[in-house]
Amino acid sequence: MTALLTLPAAGEFEMADINYVAIAPMIVVFAAAVLGVLVEAFAPRRLRYPIQVGLAVLALVIAFAALVLPDADSVTGTTVAGTLAVDGPSRFLSGVLLALGLVGLLVMAERFGGEGPDAFTPMGAATPGSAIESAAARAGLATTEVFPLALFSLGGMMMFTSANDLLSMFVALEVLSLPLYILTGLARRRRLLSQEAALKYFLLGAFSSAFFLFGAGLIYGYAGSIRIPAIGEAAAASSGDLEPLLLPGVAMLLVGLLFKVGAVPFHSWTPDVYQGAPSPVTGFMAACTKIAAFGALLRLVYVGLESTRWEWRPGVVVIAALTMIVGAVLSVTQTDIKRLLAYSSVAHAGFILVGLLAFDITAVGGVMFYLVAYGASTIAAFALVNMVRENGAEATHLSQWAGLGRRHPWVAAAMTLLLLAFAGIPLTSGFTAKVAAFMPAVAHGGLSGVLLVVIGVLASAVTAFVYVKVIVLMYFTAPSGDVGLAQPALLSVVAIAVGVVLTVLLGVVPGPLLDLAAQSSTFVR
Amino acid sequence: MHNQLMVSLVGEGGAAAASAASGLTAWGWLLVALPLAGAALLLLGGRATNSFGPLLATGLSWASFALGAAILVAMLGQDPAERAAHLDLYEWIPAGGFELSAGMLIDPLSISFVLLVTFVGSLIHVYSLGYMEHDPDKRRFFAYLNLFVAAMLLLVLADSYLLLFVGWEGVGLASYLLIGFWNHKPAYATAANKAFVVNRVGDIGMALAIALIFATFGAVDFATVNAGVPDASTAALTAIGLLLLLGACGKSAQFPLQSWLGDAMAGPTPVSALIHAATMVTAGVYLIVRSHAIFDASPDARLVVAIVGAITLVYGAVVGCAKDDIKKALAASTMSQIGYMMLAAGLGPVGYAFAIFHLITHGFFKAGMFLGAGSVMHGMNDQVDMRRFGALSGAMKITWITFGLGWLAILGVPPFAGFWSKDKIIEAAFIGEGWQPWVFGLTALLGAGVTAFYMSRLFLMTFHGKARWTDDVHPHESPATMTVPMIILAVGSAALGLVMVLLDFPAWLEPVLGHHEHEHPVLPIPVIMGATLVVVAIGLALAWFRYVKESVPTTAPKGSLLTRAAREDLYQDQINSGFFQWPGILLTRSLNYADKAGVDGALSGLAAGIGGSSSALRKVQNGFARSYALTMLAGVVVFLGALWVIN
Repeated sequence: MTALLTLPAAGEFEMADINYVAIAPMIVVFAAAVLGVLVEAFAPRRLRYPIQVGLAVLALVIAFAALVLPDADSVTGTTVAGTLAVDGPSRFLSGVLLALGLVGLLVMAERFGGEGPDAFTPMGAATPGSAIESAAARAGLATTEVFPLALFSLGGMMMFTSANDLLSMFVALEVLSLPLYILTGLARRRRLLSQEAALKYFLLGAFSSAFFLFGAGLIYGYAGSIRIPAIGEAAAASSGDLEPLLLPGVAMLLVGLLFKVGAVPFHSWTPDVYQGAPSPVTGFMAACTKIAAFGALLRLVYVGLESTRWEWRPGVVVIAALTMIVGAVLSVTQTDIKRLLAYSSVAHAGFILVGLLAFDITAVGGVMFYLVAYGASTIAAFALVNMVRENGAEATHLSQWAGLGRRHPWVAAAMTLLLLAFAGIPLTSGFTAKVAAFMPAVAHGGLSGVLLVVIGVLASAVTAFVYVKVIVLMYFTAPSGDVGLAQPALLSVVAIAVGVVLTVLLGVVPGPLLDLAAQSSTFVR
Repeated sequence: MHNQLMVSLVGEGGAAAASAASGLTAWGWLLVALPLAGAALLLLGGRATNSFGPLLATGLSWASFALGAAILVAMLGQDPAERAAHLDLYEWIPAGGFELSAGMLIDPLSISFVLLVTFVGSLIHVYSLGYMEHDPDKRRFFAYLNLFVAAMLLLVLADSYLLLFVGWEGVGLASYLLIGFWNHKPAYATAANKAFVVNRVGDIGMALAIALIFATFGAVDFATVNAGVPDASTAALTAIGLLLLLGACGKSAQFPLQSWLGDAMAGPTPVSALIHAATMVTAGVYLIVRSHAIFDASPDARLVVAIVGAITLVYGAVVGCAKDDIKKALAASTMSQIGYMMLAAGLGPVGYAFAIFHLITHGFFKAGMFLGAGSVMHGMNDQVDMRRFGALSGAMKITWITFGLGWLAILGVPPFAGFWSKDKIIEAAFIGEGWQPWVFGLTALLGAGVTAFYMSRLFLMTFHGKARWTDDVHPHESPATMTVPMIILAVGSAALGLVMVLLDFPAWLEPVLGHHEHEHPVLPIPVIMGATLVVVAIGLALAWFRYVKESVPTTAPKGSLLTRAAREDLYQDQINSGFFQWPGILLTRSLNYADKAGVDGALSGLAAGIGGSSSALRKVQNGFARSYALTMLAGVVVFLGALWVIN
């Protein structure tokens, strides 16, 4: 399947060659999502929750099996008329998405033994504060649409990491984003804030999509193809005539993707959306969207734009530096734990960009390892945020976390470990991830790479200060108010345990996963 | 990496390469694993381990010491050139082009540290059995102590800068946990926080040094780095050296990052003895000496090390003269003594061995004195104000005698330990050409006099003169679990220096640091020695006149300008906040403002400025999607514009 996407001659239709084994994981996830919609339509209300959770978990497990069982050689290559590429990075990241997606789903499925402390509104369509809403709450309804929505989004994310042409990349971008917009607006408490966040996310997302599309158009004009490898070939063979189309096109494509990873100055949605969305959704979004978006970004710049990187890389270097600085510095003044973690995620996006900009095969592995490490920790962190409650509502203001270490030592200890990982303290996954992402930058990134690493180290020192502030608050400050834990929280505890164990394991014995990431760093072209 | 280790020879120092560990040395990983297992068991075991936990922790620490001693004996049986052994543990970070295995380097330098850490550490475990007997959180305390010992051993046994950094952060974490151990007191939390933040500044230096080492040598293990030094550019080596020094300054409380050590005294006294006197704070000196190949090749970096050491030794001594809190006075003294070690390390090959020599003797006598201070506090209702002590020699005989031996050792009175180690540093400081020997030598000499004054002041105010006790105290001697470790450390303070000289300690380190021909100081050695003894005697006499002959007021007099400045740590905190905190706050505020107002705000602000009205600016609020979209648009325009300009 190396032929360019060409228009078939009138009257004849050429069937695209599809390697169903290679795209089976995606099909399973999408099929389960569609089934989930049918469940919403036909299953009785009481049964929906167990059916949906079971279906989603089963789908992810089957998809994971379908991903890892086939022999790598038999699935590697481009398929569906060259629109999808199944290769090391896409398979690695799809596997990570499925695994972390499963953990994220567990947190979403957490209902704390009853509908009361549920993170999701009983009825998404009801107007906040309306009679219908309170009736739905009294009836004990639960939003089970979140599971098919999350599956749709996850399928889109997997497709995003495999998309081999700009149009399927755009489709994947929309498929992953639209469910997220809805999920963001489904918080049970502070619903107006949640809906405002959803609307903002939607508007700004649409805005960034427009940039992406515009960029894709310009690049099509430049390369005569929307296939990513073809863009690289066209740039290598370029005579220079169409050069004016290239840079604006590249810049706008990058803007679309940098928006999704939350890079400065396209980050402004992050704190509002992270704060407004239900915490399980925030965790899912922070981990999985970042993985998918960096997957797409890796493919775009390493396959399509590498030969022209000398023209656009300086601009992205500045963006990476700004992302780290702004993310780190602004996290200092945050008083809300979710906003704090949002700015921390901005800073992390900057750290990952440092690795990405090294343009070396070792950097691909480093970036992918970083994504796993950060994703695992961040889902667990938001699961913890979801558990800490005051009068049933999430206690997200930092002052409410004061003295948590004395009342709930295990929760505080787990959060401390995760924060130390975010800070990059050795023997946590955060440290090895930074080593894996920064070392290629030092070795292959030239002067700007070294400079970015220096900024990265300084920024991590600043963020470390922020995290320690939270740790101090949890252990050294007297508790105030009536903050407690929502219980029973078996599913959350499982998710948190997975995150915590991965955080330690990837810090102490990162070898196997680093090896796997390194072996999975070759893109098909 | 392992193969490189086998063949590499250290360029400058000519030190021997490490062979693969065999026999007993192959069990070296247990040194770290034993206390680490103790920490894990005590922390995860919960209340079930309350009854036996502290004893188990103590036992594991002693087991680590026993293994260390056995390895030392095995090492003594080997030819000096073959004493260094390398122990491969596992592939730690195999990240593409950056392969790093976690391994241990067991050589005379690291084993010296192992013995110091485990011996003093184990004694302090024993002491804590008595000191913390009634603390409800005793188990947690011992878990942290074990964690500290494990991390410190990892630090000194690591075979690469990156693994060393793991131990480095580990001791920092343990220190942080132990300073804030009594976290119900807000002031203690602040102290723990300060220690963490200042240490982060140092850690930036370490992290950048490691990145630069990787960029320069393509690896971060000691063997490859040492082998690559001759081919590296001097500029890179100097930069690495200075960054390492920044890391060392943070950990070892050296100028200008010394401000945290005084506050760290908030932790329980055994912690101050172990971490903030004997072991962790000396890690910076270890780092410099371990990186001797880099510093040998960069005289500029070495000179800065010596200057930092000289400044700190005077700084600590001056601060020590004014403190009335017995622990803070001892902390100032620690700072000053580590300044001596840094100075020695900065002198280069003439000083490395003496830096380590003094580090070890100091570990004994300073830990002994801290334990003595703890014993005094134990008998005096946890008071620390020396103006409320006095005449304790009668009530606490063992504490008095053991503290006295430590005091004689730090003064450098022959034949006690400090005489052998500190005088060697003063002599070495007088070696060289040009202005340096005179400046460093005289500074070290002067420091010895001031040290004699403030340490005598501390000793005499506490144990002699008139009793100035508050009414409710009844001084009494501490239990045997506390006094026995003090006695053992006091024996060390008295005899260790002479023993180490007789065993020729510098020669023991030669396989690591390389052989160095003896040089002559600019003054004859007897003159230096005599001058040192004279300034020490003057310092002692001054203290005796002021604090025994004259009565000591129970509230501190106003004092001279210098005294007041010294009480305030020479205004270090104020300077820090002026130079570092405020710019940081300003940056945060302005970025925060820009983020809130966004481009929208900037445009409106411009409009408001033009229109002469500020009301428009006030209306700008955070959270408008249009404001965010405008920010994005501006970002795109700037991004595009920048790319267009570049190309």
